[in-house]
Amino acid sequence: MTKAKTAPKAAPKAAAKTAVKAAKAAPAVKSVDASGDELVFTRPEAMVDRATHYCPGCHHGIAHRLVAELLDEMELTDKTIAASSIGCSVFLYNYIKADTVESPHGRAPAVATGIKRARPDKFVFTYQGDGDLASIGMAEIMHAANRGERITVVFVNNTVYGMTGGQMAPTTLIGQRTTTCPGGRCKDREGAPIRMAEIIAQLGGVAFCARGSLDSVKNIRQAKKYMRKAFEAQTTGQGFGFIELLAGCPTNWRMTPVAANKRITDEMIPYFPLGVYKDLEADGTCGSMIAPGAAGGEAGGK
Amino acid sequence: MADKKERLFVKGNEAIAMGALAAGCKCFFGYPITPQNDIPEFMSKAMVEAGGEFVQAESEVAAANMLLGAGACGIRAMTSSSSPGMSLKQEAISYMAGSEVPAVIVNMNRGGPGLGDIGPSQGDYFQSTRGGGHGDYRLLVLAPSSAQEAYDMTFDAFDLAFASRNPVLILGDAIIGQMKEPITPREPKKVDPNEGADWRLIGAPVKGKGKRAHRVIKSLFLMDGELAGQNMKLQAKYDAWKKMVDFETFQVKDAELVVVAFGSIGRIAKNAVRSLRAKGKKVGLFRPKTLYPFPEKQLEKLAKEGKRFLTIEHNLGQMVEDVRLSVRKYGDSDLFCVYPGNMPSPDDFEAPILKALGRK
Amino acid sequence: MSRITVSEERCKGCLLCTLVCPVTIIRQSERINQHGYKVAEVPADDMAKCTGCASCATICPDVAIEVWRGKKAKKAA
Repeated sequence: MTKAKTAPKAAPKAAAKTAVKAAKAAPAVKSVDASGDELVFTRPEAMVDRATHYCPGCHHGIAHRLVAELLDEMELTDKTIAASSIGCSVFLYNYIKADTVESPHGRAPAVATGIKRARPDKFVFTYQGDGDLASIGMAEIMHAANRGERITVVFVNNTVYGMTGGQMAPTTLIGQRTTTCPGGRCKDREGAPIRMAEIIAQLGGVAFCARGSLDSVKNIRQAKKYMRKAFEAQTTGQGFGFIELLAGCPTNWRMTPVAANKRITDEMIPYFPLGVYKDLEADGTCGSMIAPGAAGGEAGGK
Repeated sequence: MADKKERLFVKGNEAIAMGALAAGCKCFFGYPITPQNDIPEFMSKAMVEAGGEFVQAESEVAAANMLLGAGACGIRAMTSSSSPGMSLKQEAISYMAGSEVPAVIVNMNRGGPGLGDIGPSQGDYFQSTRGGGHGDYRLLVLAPSSAQEAYDMTFDAFDLAFASRNPVLILGDAIIGQMKEPITPREPKKVDPNEGADWRLIGAPVKGKGKRAHRVIKSLFLMDGELAGQNMKLQAKYDAWKKMVDFETFQVKDAELVVVAFGSIGRIAKNAVRSLRAKGKKVGLFRPKTLYPFPEKQLEKLAKEGKRFLTIEHNLGQMVEDVRLSVRKYGDSDLFCVYPGNMPSPDDFEAPILKALGRK
Repeated sequence: MSRITVSEERCKGCLLCTLVCPVTIIRQSERINQHGYKVAEVPADDMAKCTGCASCATICPDVAIEVWRGKKAKKAA
């Protein structure tokens, strides 16, 4: 078995950068019609052409698409093994064309550890919600991050247990009403919402950790840049990559998709500030925080 | 290990680790718990030397889930624990059984319930043979009674796990794990690099040459009738295992009473039987080596011949249920229980065997 | 000419696209698809205003929008 951890660092990093630039210059799918108009946005190849089971306005679809776009752009699909999780995103494998193991609730980082140790030459990622990762899976995420497993974790935080019908999550905001805190989450009784990106950034094995949001075009584009860095943390052998994505759950928030997006902007981002929490590659940012445009996206601005 | 005459003087725990190593185990995921610590300790060095991976996980829960990940990639992987830790591993074991992931799991049984004690016990017989976690599934369960058997069974367990795409459980106890005795190692196995090529996850070439659809290893089957289909497929697999039953018999042919015992207790009972034979008593021993599948047909045949049975086990009566189910058409089984915290000797078994023999 | 196509089978009528269009040409139609959602549309007369910026497609959770960018628009961008 080859050891991913001892892989030379400089060369692949440079190669990855070049590949990224090439991908940016030329989209994976290029199509020009008779009048010379160019198809500039379509379904990424790594995404299955089918309707999702997600509710209208649910941001899992956006997060899935960003993952698929990066798998295409970084040419990783054929070497990817994913660990899916439990929650609404349990059907990840119905939408992303990657070999996938379905993991027990919260255990995806442990399953991904097993995958990566068994096949160190593969690209391994988990995709987990906030109930899965920040509640039942807290031990697994903390220790995989601390060991510096060369895996990438995509963490979708929508402050609620979606699939089971909208119960309180560890990330539920103070005052937020859910089916198990019908009077609103109370700090004295249920504790304060857990900020995962801040926690993960403190752990030794983490190479990149950031929080993005899916509420606006600007934030989605920024989130994709963070996600790319979280992927590169693994592909360059630097360490554990973590990307938290603030996402909407209109159904369980009892809101329209439009109102849900506004809630992310107005209520979630102030509590869960966006930005890079750790970036080993960029000297001096370790442990500090850069918060580009922490509040206010297009959706909220209108 | 190439020299066939080589003999090693090792603990049962070490024999298990050596057997795994020789079988081509490449990943070991462990967590400390008495009385199995020799296994992860041995593996922490041996795996690295063998070019594999050793992870001391954050919990038994995580260790078993790492096993799920490695097994899904078609890599020979193992975890070991003891009773309280086995309770925690059941989640991943259920998922592995449901999604047909091969793996080898070792339980060096200690006393329970709860924290119990750290002495030998066979109290996990039900947990081992009835699945253990949630849902309708079985493990292939092997019960060694010596260091040599521990070595051999672990060596074979990997082949069995991959042949049946199912977790295989080695059920030992503190006696087997801590007892030191000589073993003869085998030639290391040359593992086929294409093992599991038709199902393992290695990344999906979804376009271009050698294109294939991405693979999913899962245990969620929501469509109408889908889970029933999956569970019946699993049951057909478990039924097919029945031809793999393995057991030892000793002085059974003309015996009036057959002692049924497994693992360390089976070995101690054998000495009791030997001693009673020397005194002219018509007793024999039947020691299941596979606890699931259980050698029910073989026991039924003995019952049909008119033999009577005494089950001896290191718990308050678990395997006796399987013995009674096996012989129910023709008879029954008496039960003698070894209590937790005791390390029985053959002498302890002579009186109960004679009592059962004298009862008509 | 820059333009978008909305897959009416995939659109779930969440209307997030209507929030982000810089020229506000996307609206909810009266057409209900097989899933029961009122799908988004760009009236034919307004399509010429499309800048091909892909904001709508970027925020669409269902990858229901494809974006074509015309030569002129590309230069302008």
